[in-house]
Amino acid sequence: MEQTYAHATGLLSGIWLLVAIPLASAAVLLLLGKRADKWGHWLGVLSVAATFVLGLSMFLSLRGLDDDARSAQQSLWDFIVVGNLHVDFGLLFDPLSGVFVLLITGVGSLIHLYAVGYMEHDPGRRRFFAYFNLFVAAMLLLVLGNNYVMLYFGWEGVGLASYLLISFWYTRPSAATAGKKAFLMNRVGDTGLAIGIFLLFATLGTTQYDEVFSKVSALSGGTVLILGILLLLGAAGKSGQFPLQAWLPDAMEGPTPVSALIHAATMVTAGVYLIARSNPIFSANHTLQTIVVSVGALTLLIGCIIGAAKDDIKRVLAWSTVSQIGYMFLGVGLGGGAYALAIIHLLAHGFFKANMFLGAGSVMHGMHDQVDIRRFGGLRKYMTWTWLTFMMGWLAIIGIPPLSGYFSKEPIIAAAFERGDWTSWLYGMAALLGAGLTAFYMTRLFVLTFHGPERYTEENKHPHESPLIMTVPLMLLALGSIVAGGLLVWGDLAHWLEPVLGAEGVEHEPVLAHWLITVLSLVVTVLGAGLAWAMFRRGTALAPEPAGVVVTAARRNLYTDAFNEAVFERPGIYLTRALVYLDNRGIDGAVNGLAAAVGGGSGRLRRLQTGFVRSYALSMLTGAVLVVGAFLAIQLGWLA
Amino acid sequence: MKDFPFLSILTLLPLVGAAVVAFIPRARGNLAKTIALAWSLVVLALSVVMWIAFQAGGERFQFRESYQWIPTWGARFTFATDGIALVMLVLIALLVPLVILASWNDVDETQRSVPTYFALLLTLECTMIGVFAAADVFLFYVLFEVMLVPMYFIIGSYGGQRRQYAAVKFFLYSLVGGLFMLAAVIGLWVVGGHHTFDWETLKGASAAFDTNTARWLFLGFFIAFAVKAPFFPFHTWLPDAGVAAPAPAAALLVGVLDKVGTFGILRYCLPLFPEASRWFAPAALVLGVIGILYAALLAVGQNDLKRLVSYTSIAHFGFIGIGIFAFTTQAGTGSVLYMVNHGLATGLLFLVVGMFVSRRGSSLVSDFGGAGKLIPVLAGVLFFAGLASLALPGTAPFISEFLVLIGTFTTHKVYAVIATFGIILAAAYVLWMVQRTTQGTLNPVLTEVPAMRKDITLREKIVVAPLVLLLLLLGFYPKPVTDVINPAVEQTMQDVGTTDPGPTAVANGRVAR
Repeated sequence: MEQTYAHATGLLSGIWLLVAIPLASAAVLLLLGKRADKWGHWLGVLSVAATFVLGLSMFLSLRGLDDDARSAQQSLWDFIVVGNLHVDFGLLFDPLSGVFVLLITGVGSLIHLYAVGYMEHDPGRRRFFAYFNLFVAAMLLLVLGNNYVMLYFGWEGVGLASYLLISFWYTRPSAATAGKKAFLMNRVGDTGLAIGIFLLFATLGTTQYDEVFSKVSALSGGTVLILGILLLLGAAGKSGQFPLQAWLPDAMEGPTPVSALIHAATMVTAGVYLIARSNPIFSANHTLQTIVVSVGALTLLIGCIIGAAKDDIKRVLAWSTVSQIGYMFLGVGLGGGAYALAIIHLLAHGFFKANMFLGAGSVMHGMHDQVDIRRFGGLRKYMTWTWLTFMMGWLAIIGIPPLSGYFSKEPIIAAAFERGDWTSWLYGMAALLGAGLTAFYMTRLFVLTFHGPERYTEENKHPHESPLIMTVPLMLLALGSIVAGGLLVWGDLAHWLEPVLGAEGVEHEPVLAHWLITVLSLVVTVLGAGLAWAMFRRGTALAPEPAGVVVTAARRNLYTDAFNEAVFERPGIYLTRALVYLDNRGIDGAVNGLAAAVGGGSGRLRRLQTGFVRSYALSMLTGAVLVVGAFLAIQLGWLA
Repeated sequence: MKDFPFLSILTLLPLVGAAVVAFIPRARGNLAKTIALAWSLVVLALSVVMWIAFQAGGERFQFRESYQWIPTWGARFTFATDGIALVMLVLIALLVPLVILASWNDVDETQRSVPTYFALLLTLECTMIGVFAAADVFLFYVLFEVMLVPMYFIIGSYGGQRRQYAAVKFFLYSLVGGLFMLAAVIGLWVVGGHHTFDWETLKGASAAFDTNTARWLFLGFFIAFAVKAPFFPFHTWLPDAGVAAPAPAAALLVGVLDKVGTFGILRYCLPLFPEASRWFAPAALVLGVIGILYAALLAVGQNDLKRLVSYTSIAHFGFIGIGIFAFTTQAGTGSVLYMVNHGLATGLLFLVVGMFVSRRGSSLVSDFGGAGKLIPVLAGVLFFAGLASLALPGTAPFISEFLVLIGTFTTHKVYAVIATFGIILAAAYVLWMVQRTTQGTLNPVLTEVPAMRKDITLREKIVVAPLVLLLLLLGFYPKPVTDVINPAVEQTMQDVGTTDPGPTAVANGRVAR
């Protein structure tokens, strides 16, 4: 595939402003310190809103152009130029990055607005908005870069912002630990991405998208496979996919708007972006695609199963995010027309998941930061708007027509059944099962929170609705949850994305008729939801009860944390301790011993080490004087 | 401008300053500090002028000067600088005033002479500049050894606990390494055959060196440099010296002094003994990779801030080492840039750690805990220095680490891949250090230490601001520095006789559109 991008002109020559505006705002908020406490949050909101308006006008100006001209590339300056390595500080605004810009700044604006209310009583609100703006800038750089190094730059930048915001309440040890865990697990993935970039340079001599994609056919199958796995490792780290999913639920230690924006709507979908952007690489190797599909299918089931066993409202939503991104990985792994389906689901998910996270935040706001769904119940009476808007998110995610999720998730399930060989059954059934499980755990969450008997603790007996500054963003996001999916399908986003993702249609005959898949997915959804409704409409026990093997395993994250601890963490700690000992006693001891042997026995060494150093100092001083003396003598010799 | 004797003046100026400061009476400490600071700023200004006068892409060695010294041996005071030495010279001139300013009150609390301390710093600056500016092998050797003396007294007289032990160890290690070099220097003079220590003449003669002799001579130089840098397993003196030295002096020690080792490899080992360099490269690469992982793991396990930073430096020297011995333009340029960026980043880290330590009166991590609550701005600077140290994009060290790794990958895939895992460990030691020091619940003992209630002062802001700004600036726009380094590295790679591999897929001619 020959890939070329047009040069940025007119309005589009201001692409850099999309990154610069939120970055400048973040810098102002950080540098002014307390002086900006009174108005800082409004600057934060305004900068993202302004970026949205700018991004939208760029998007519209791109729409008027022909398919093959729908892109704008801009090189700001030579970033790294050494030998035959040439990396531009370059940006690219094309249909794919365009929709991401709108998602990041659009949903981002609403969440920023909501956070003004949510963080009102927090003394660190200005700092919060500085980090939040920093995140937006880094995320925009990630999607707007025109080469893999720029992507990596933004990639690490969002990692930093994510770290800062997860451990925002840094005096809590759990928050500090969760932030560190997120950063470290991301770095594991980042090594994959980094080595992938090295491999691109070593084989193709470039890291720029257009050049890489035009030359992919020059790579051998094995190289493409390795390259793809490396990129996938990076994607899995950022997007909380198997085997690097464990950090994402812990990231809920951050304030809820962070969970909504970073750990649901935008940053965690960066892995999907990476694979979709690299579609010429991933489409070039069928084995590679099978690996991506497998990761997606496995993760979507893991997310559902664990999500069904959790009692913390934010953690359920977090595992749900893991699971939904699994669907997106399934989509990008299927390739062809399914790339666009994954992006549609990503955008729709951005709305309904942000909606539900902010709804959860609203519930916590009215319930004294209670997060245990066992201690909710009947909240619809007290917080009508939160209830109604959350309901839209719930119906959307489980895929009830005509809400968003129906239009975005069901086509991915159908596409899985169309993969072409026996694996169609495997991945199709996994996706279908996931739909049923999703309906189950989301209904459980919804019913336990808003319906059934009240199970409040003493200190949060009086739930209340949140202020307008929080509920208005909820209403707008709920509207998005209702219509986004339908609009994206009818508005033919798939066609819009064709210049980036290709125009391939369905390649294989489905193993099941499409109408049958639709019916089946609706049936499992209704079954799952109905079962949860029946089980939980009368409430639940106030504490987790003893359960069978599956539920216990799910409550413990399917033992993945225990595995990481046993296999990496503890041996790592032991190794470190052993090396510290070895370095002090072994290597240093050997060298000291050698020095002592040369210097005349271990007696001197002992004196040296026990502090009787005067004699040594003296002899050293003599040595030093000798060196200086020789120097001076030579000097004098020259003078004479 | 081309004929202005920049290098000899830059070398001698701090020495004159040191003499002036040394004669100030002990009671007038503030006068001594002020003169030392002003003097170092003049040196900085001169070095900036030299930077501007230097023509990147022009002659390899510029500002050459040569004066007679010991005619019977053919040793001369010859100075000249290429792009590699130039960036190091400016780094020295930049760091010294900051170190002087950062040490402002440190000596007052000890009972020792204030003027002597600042005179020692200026003496150190003289020897450091001289060692990078020398273009005569004997002059280089002499300065290499003399450089130890001021640092020995700074550690031994003004250091913390176990300072005598650390100073002696520092001196012994370097001296022993230096002896190997002395042997090699003499050997070089003999086989060079022109009765001279002049670098360019010796390089011209190097093609005729006997293979075995060249390997022995390489080894003599390399051992001295590997101890100095330090590379695994010659590293154990650095953590002790780093802990015992006053933090600002430690910033100079790892920021500049140690770079003489890596610089020496680039200037002396590679061009003078190209065949031997290629022959020893696998061993050096292995040492580098081990150093990266080994020192990073050790850094994770440290409970002393200064010791921890020392170990991170050893890991960073591993990166510089593999970059040098990968023999590609990217890796080589990355290594030199790494030397500069590491000076800025670790310099900042040591200076900030010093600010923490002087407040708390202890450098143990476990004596802090939740300090961010009390000194949020200083904690923020510590975090920033940590980010630079783990090479986050947006800070300068990212560029150098990226160049080293990508350049190494094109010739040595396995080493590059293993070294890349170092970036996970880097995140681990930085974030864990930050967490244990500044995050979590506030250590109640801290609230009882009055100094811990005072956040960053104006003087401290002036110390950290230039470093923070430079780290950011060079993180986004490294070209002014890489353009200076790149030609010198390309010439060094020519000396070694290696060329960059082209893109393999395209070179194989499968499809090249």
